[in-house]
Amino acid sequence: MSLFHQDYQVQREDYANAGRVSSSIKSVLKQMGLNPNVLRNIAVACYEAEINMIIHSEGGEIELNIAEDGLLSIHFNDHGPGISDLEKAMSPGWSTASEKAREFGFGAGMGLPNIKRVSDEFEIETSPQGTRLMIGFRIQP
Amino acid sequence: MKLKQLLQLIDGTALTPYDENQEFNYVFASDLMSDVLALVQKDSDQTVLVTGLCNAQSLRTADMLDIGTVLYVRDKHVSDEDLQLAESMGLTLLATRCTMYETCGLLYGHGLKPVEKA
Repeated sequence: MSLFHQDYQVQREDYANAGRVSSSIKSVLKQMGLNPNVLRNIAVACYEAEINMIIHSEGGEIELNIAEDGLLSIHFNDHGPGISDLEKAMSPGWSTASEKAREFGFGAGMGLPNIKRVSDEFEIETSPQGTRLMIGFRIQP
Repeated sequence: MKLKQLLQLIDGTALTPYDENQEFNYVFASDLMSDVLALVQKDSDQTVLVTGLCNAQSLRTADMLDIGTVLYVRDKHVSDEDLQLAESMGLTLLATRCTMYETCGLLYGHGLKPVEKA
């Protein structure tokens, strides 16, 4: 059973709006009175994942969900083209980001490792049809 | 260090409303926002982000981490749109003509510390 659910859209290479979804999610969760340290971890992971979708994917959806058991999960489901080498992508410093992405301060190859570091739960699967990332955080039910 | 002293030290200007008595203890300097997101893990309210990346992503990065103050080096131009975004986030924006190297040297030499590593 879900206590809260919200969907968001992310467009390919929409650098002008990069981070808006994460700001919106942070604002919603702040109003719920989440612990500031947990909130910061959620914001960091969400922002990195949103930027990844904008830089690397054809766009997709972000779903925020809070379950009755106190698991806050965020799903990032994009429409491809998938991650060519997931093992390398999980290694700090490996990046395939474009010059445009680097102009915006990203593409250091820290995204996925950083997301995993701050999350309580982390699941990722990728194929040419798309990448599905789920990050979870234990919050007070 | 209070914000007033920091501004004097780097001959800086404030681009948004600010509290001259705000206290800082730490500095993180980078143009790579992923590095900022990875390494600033605590005391972010006492941290100044020094960067040459003058766009919305440096503002959003600061906002995600609850860093309240961003200092742009090398006299970068801030767009009206970004100024409005900073104000809507409650961020204090500062600017200096100093380079990143000069800015960090001055702040380090006057007692501001690097962020603590995890």
